[in-house]
Amino acid sequence: MRLSVEDLDVRFDGAAALRGASLDVAAGETLALLGPSGCGKSTLLRAIAGLQRLAGGRVLLDGRDLAGVPPHRRGIGLMFQDHALFPHRDVAGNIGFGLRMTGVPRLERARRVAELLALVGLDGLGERSVETLSGGEQQRVALARALAPHPRVLLLDEPLGSLDRPLHDRLLAELAELFARLEQTVLYVTHDVTEAFALGDRVAVMRAGRIEQAANPDELWSRPANAWVARFLGLTNLESLGEGKVRITRPEAVGVRSRPDGEAVVLHANRSGAAVRLKVRDSTGRELEAVMAGVNAPETGDRVTVAIDPAGVVVVPEG
Amino acid sequence: MDVDRAPLSRVSLAAAATAPLAFLAVFFAYPLATIVGRGLAEGGSSSFALGETARIAWFTTWQAALSTVLTLALGLPLAWAVGRFAFRGRSVVLALVLVPFVLPTLVVATAFVALLPERLDQSVSAILLAHAFFNVAVVVRIVGGYWAGLDRTTEAAAAVLGAGPWRRLREVTLPQLAPALTAASALTFLFSFTSFGVILVLGGPRIATLETEIYNQAARLFDLRTAAVLSLVQLVTVAAIVVVASRLEGRLAGRSATAWRTLSRPLGHERLLVGSILAVSTAVLALPVAALVGRSLSTSTGIGFDHYRALGRETSVLLVTPWGAVANSLLFATLATCLALAAGGLLAVALARLRPGWLDGLVLLPLGGSAVMLGFGFVIAFDEPPLELRGSALLVPVAQALVAAPFVFRIVAPALRSIRPELREAAALLGASPLRVRREIDLPLVGRALGGAAGFAFAIALGEFGATVFVSQADRPTLPVAIFRFLGRPGAENQGAAAALAVVLALLAATAAVAADRAGGRRSPL
Repeated sequence: MRLSVEDLDVRFDGAAALRGASLDVAAGETLALLGPSGCGKSTLLRAIAGLQRLAGGRVLLDGRDLAGVPPHRRGIGLMFQDHALFPHRDVAGNIGFGLRMTGVPRLERARRVAELLALVGLDGLGERSVETLSGGEQQRVALARALAPHPRVLLLDEPLGSLDRPLHDRLLAELAELFARLEQTVLYVTHDVTEAFALGDRVAVMRAGRIEQAANPDELWSRPANAWVARFLGLTNLESLGEGKVRITRPEAVGVRSRPDGEAVVLHANRSGAAVRLKVRDSTGRELEAVMAGVNAPETGDRVTVAIDPAGVVVVPEG
Repeated sequence: MDVDRAPLSRVSLAAAATAPLAFLAVFFAYPLATIVGRGLAEGGSSSFALGETARIAWFTTWQAALSTVLTLALGLPLAWAVGRFAFRGRSVVLALVLVPFVLPTLVVATAFVALLPERLDQSVSAILLAHAFFNVAVVVRIVGGYWAGLDRTTEAAAAVLGAGPWRRLREVTLPQLAPALTAASALTFLFSFTSFGVILVLGGPRIATLETEIYNQAARLFDLRTAAVLSLVQLVTVAAIVVVASRLEGRLAGRSATAWRTLSRPLGHERLLVGSILAVSTAVLALPVAALVGRSLSTSTGIGFDHYRALGRETSVLLVTPWGAVANSLLFATLATCLALAAGGLLAVALARLRPGWLDGLVLLPLGGSAVMLGFGFVIAFDEPPLELRGSALLVPVAQALVAAPFVFRIVAPALRSIRPELREAAALLGASPLRVRREIDLPLVGRALGGAAGFAFAIALGEFGATVFVSQADRPTLPVAIFRFLGRPGAENQGAAAALAVVLALLAATAAVAADRAGGRRSPL
């Protein structure tokens, strides 16, 4: 199912929350919707689900306008930020809820619930109360519940937000694998760049109610639409060229080598996992950030030479 | 962020409001309007001087103020104990303290008649004591619950900064408690201002408040015009107090009383203090009940169940046997509970979407808005066409339902409001239609609260006296009406019968209310 959003406007008490937001999600694609908190990501999800009154624009599913279709007839699945599990139903009751609403017979329902429990790794927990589940388990139940009725589009609103780091990383990997396998059309909202790059076939960057850029992760990283997008993605070597132009040098394109007679000096070096981040200052006083893999990287205070790969430099508008 | 949620079912909400609003229009607004019309009408003769009205209004006010002070004096130590400390039996204390509040006023009045010596049992002091006994739950549950929910770290911070216990109480704790204190005081004042049964019985012929004088003029002297004028005074005053009380109570919203798990056990001299407060409070609260039970068991020959055995026999005081009155009460209260659940519940559904505000206050109006006025309004509004219902026994449960419905609302509306909207949205996105969402999400989640509301409504309807005494028919008296008739007759036999009936009524009402408090998952009108 292909989801298209055209020029959505939403206002809260007169203030614009969405201002002409447009995006497309191809059938079977996972689009990560990335933006800072308060930029309107959740509002966009709610608008697509029909939970939010529109001031303008259209939501189309396979070309059909959803205007006037109430939430319960849209066939859209939504996984809420804090799961919103039904406290008065057990795990199986939660997962089977949507099937019950659409009149799936009891036996078939039980079969599908068991199938989903296996899919999310909760076999045999169908009769547990949802209030006794851990955060990660709740998250899995919420996912299974949203997937059970075969939604035409699955929307997820920062589903991993409240989990601790190791669990977060594990579930992130599981989700990516699952979405690819199910060929499910997915729109995944997050404020975390790593999460967006890990999950999204493409990533849409949102700012103040509007989509700034939608592209695959490589393209986004190498050709951000403007300086704001670049900064939000975590790019740091931004130099203003005047006239609204900004030059961006990607850190992995900055080659740094230890040389006693080098003209540049390392201001500081920090290890972050497999990579080392360096900040260097060259003879002209220009400061650059570089990323190197492996060990034996230069240390703080070392003299170095700096070579920049022109393929890693791009000039973009200030934006 | 205040999200403008899509109109899941605006139409069905309006539909939910229609039935209870129509019910309120016919049985609350119309009688009230009739009173206003009668009171403002030209030409009718009123035997009552303006000065007399002012004197009664003044007495009503200061007895309510004194009752409030006395209630605070009795309730605050207990509020401190349950608000500051965790101890075994704390939840039992909180449940038991509710018992006086749900005891029907006639039971409380009968208990104080039994407790106080002959000379004192018809005096202002008796009235004040009874009001304090009755309202102590308001102070303990509102102030104590709020106290338990206060952030303890501010006190610790003040202590670290060098404030001693008294300074901490004065400069940190009391200012934080202020909303609860004012709200509890306002409610106590309201209940004491509109008190009827207690004053009618304990005030004797000489002491009158607005409420009892309305009854006196309407039911005994048949001066409807004067009763209507007094009702107007009462209506305006009570409306003002209700507005203030619901404002003050509104400030309590959002503070949860569930943080009590962080309470500490009393240590050292605190143990002694908490222990003595519990002991003294228990004694003070148990005394009237003990006196009542004692009176019901004391016979001419000593101690025995004679008065209870007599309940099955014909009596010159009533047209039915006393047990017949019990049966009437149970039947009427059951009907009233159904009506109150429907009216209060549907109104809660319709209003729960709105933020708590003045509409809630309006719903509370009948709660303080005197029951006597309601009864009087019934008598004059339904006495003539278009709605001639005077002979109808149904007026009794209708009146009781009107008194109970605000309590239902007060229990169900917060329960509905506490359901996170995401749950309804999740259900909708999984294919549940708006009506289905109500059935699958709202109903199960407020089920316990509804059960609790039913219990409270039943207890209130059983004990309702102010309105019932106007519309009850001689051949179908309710329990409180029967008690009132017995109390009005001289003789140990009649006093004993009143006490025995009061014990029966107390047991029924307290059982229903305590069960409701448990079933409702601690959701109660207080």
